[in-house]
Amino acid sequence: MTAILEKLALYWQYPFVRYALAVGVLISLCSSLLGVTLVLKRFSFIGDGLSHVAFGAMAIGSVLHLTNDMPLVLLITILSAILLLSTGQNAKIKGDAAVAMISVGALAIGYLLMNLFTPSGNLSGDVCSTLFGSTSILTLTKTEVRLCAALSVLVVAAFVFFYHKVFAVTFDESFAAATGVKTKVYNFIIAVIIAVIIVLAMNLVGSLLISALVIFPALSAMRVFKSFRSVTVCSAILSIFCSLLGILISILAGTPVGSTIVAVDIVLFFVFSAFGTIIGGVHA
Amino acid sequence: MALITCQNLCLGYDGREILHDLSFEVNSGDYLCIVGENGSGKSTLMRTILGLQKPLAGQILTGDGLRLNEIGYLPQQTPVQKDFPASVWEVVLSGFEGGCGWRPFYTKAEKQRAEKNIRSMGIEHLSRRCYRELSGGQQQRVLLARALCATSKLLFLDEPVSGLDPRVTAEMYDLIEKLNREQEITVIMISHDIGAAMRYASHVLHIGDRVFFGPREAYQNSGIASLFTKGGVTE
Repeated sequence: MTAILEKLALYWQYPFVRYALAVGVLISLCSSLLGVTLVLKRFSFIGDGLSHVAFGAMAIGSVLHLTNDMPLVLLITILSAILLLSTGQNAKIKGDAAVAMISVGALAIGYLLMNLFTPSGNLSGDVCSTLFGSTSILTLTKTEVRLCAALSVLVVAAFVFFYHKVFAVTFDESFAAATGVKTKVYNFIIAVIIAVIIVLAMNLVGSLLISALVIFPALSAMRVFKSFRSVTVCSAILSIFCSLLGILISILAGTPVGSTIVAVDIVLFFVFSAFGTIIGGVHA
Repeated sequence: MALITCQNLCLGYDGREILHDLSFEVNSGDYLCIVGENGSGKSTLMRTILGLQKPLAGQILTGDGLRLNEIGYLPQQTPVQKDFPASVWEVVLSGFEGGCGWRPFYTKAEKQRAEKNIRSMGIEHLSRRCYRELSGGQQQRVLLARALCATSKLLFLDEPVSGLDPRVTAEMYDLIEKLNREQEITVIMISHDIGAAMRYASHVLHIGDRVFFGPREAYQNSGIASLFTKGGVTE
């Protein structure tokens, strides 16, 4: 035990470890907030689709040799989120098909671009780290940490401000629309927030595992808690806890950060499921 | 002036017309039942009046200071709600959201009105419970309390008793009648239950191959009613 603590204390002296922990906490907090809404609105795959778009955008960024590709990635992802949601009911290609098309398309084009133009010899390593975020969280620069912190504050503030509206729109969209809630505007805002969260979270777990970060804490919390507020608060706490634990384990054991965090999330999901069954939670 | 006046409405979607040239009006204090076979356009009519879709032609006018977003609405349950973690209190309070605009939180007055509506539905003992764990009848009361938060004038009920057992159905109808009589809330109800329409409604709108609009007595005496009620549910 002391050996572990000493090792942690040693690592704590390195700024990149502190950055990783700070960014991990912020991102996991943000990503958990809209999880409940996404799960219930059957939007789980929008997270997946958008993260692949972000992967494509990152590929474009690396082809163009951008040193900081976050603004570009953010812009393209937000545009895609709006495109996906605004096609809505009257589109020729609907819902899941549109999401699947854009996500797979972006993934393929991104890989193709990297393959054709990338200067680095270690292509599969690059792709792997973008998809699974294996090391990028440990290589964050100070600017990236600041940008990430600013965006997180924005996301949390927006969520608090729109909390009741998000609830109304998620619980019963037609009632909300019929009684004068601007559901289109709020769906739009939700889409933008999701896009921001996904771009943020790509640093932490990479684009293949983002859905896990968004959805697992919410699903775990829903096993046990029964009001929207308690589920939201619980999934935020749970998400932060899992990310911290995951990052610490990955530092100590030398495992990939993203997949370790998701593994911790999965374990906690089963713990909460068992607990929920015992106290008669979700199955009642 | 009438609360709601529909003039020469043509309804439908994707360019396909379901209802042609429909005109009727609802006055303050009325209890209007909309009946008709499946696919006759009852739900389309309701969605149009609620402003969720546009009429192909014709217009909907409101009077007596009613704004279109002041219609309390009891929708049919959606699949999302079956696993939604929400307390009764949160659901009822969300009825005020339409009146909030950009204001992020509910006011004290709104919370008190929500409490009052919960009491008037007789569900104050459930207010901390989880919505999805309630029985069908209890859930309908919660949604009715939420609808009352959105309006004090006009309630639009979409098949409020579907899936309820006979005893709970009767309770639900009594509750709606009480709202109509005592709180003078105008009620528009879509229903398959022609017997209930005959017992409670003041006016009937029958849509389908033949269209009828008028007071209940006139509907009872018309040929359409007997066609539709040959099961012998008229009183």
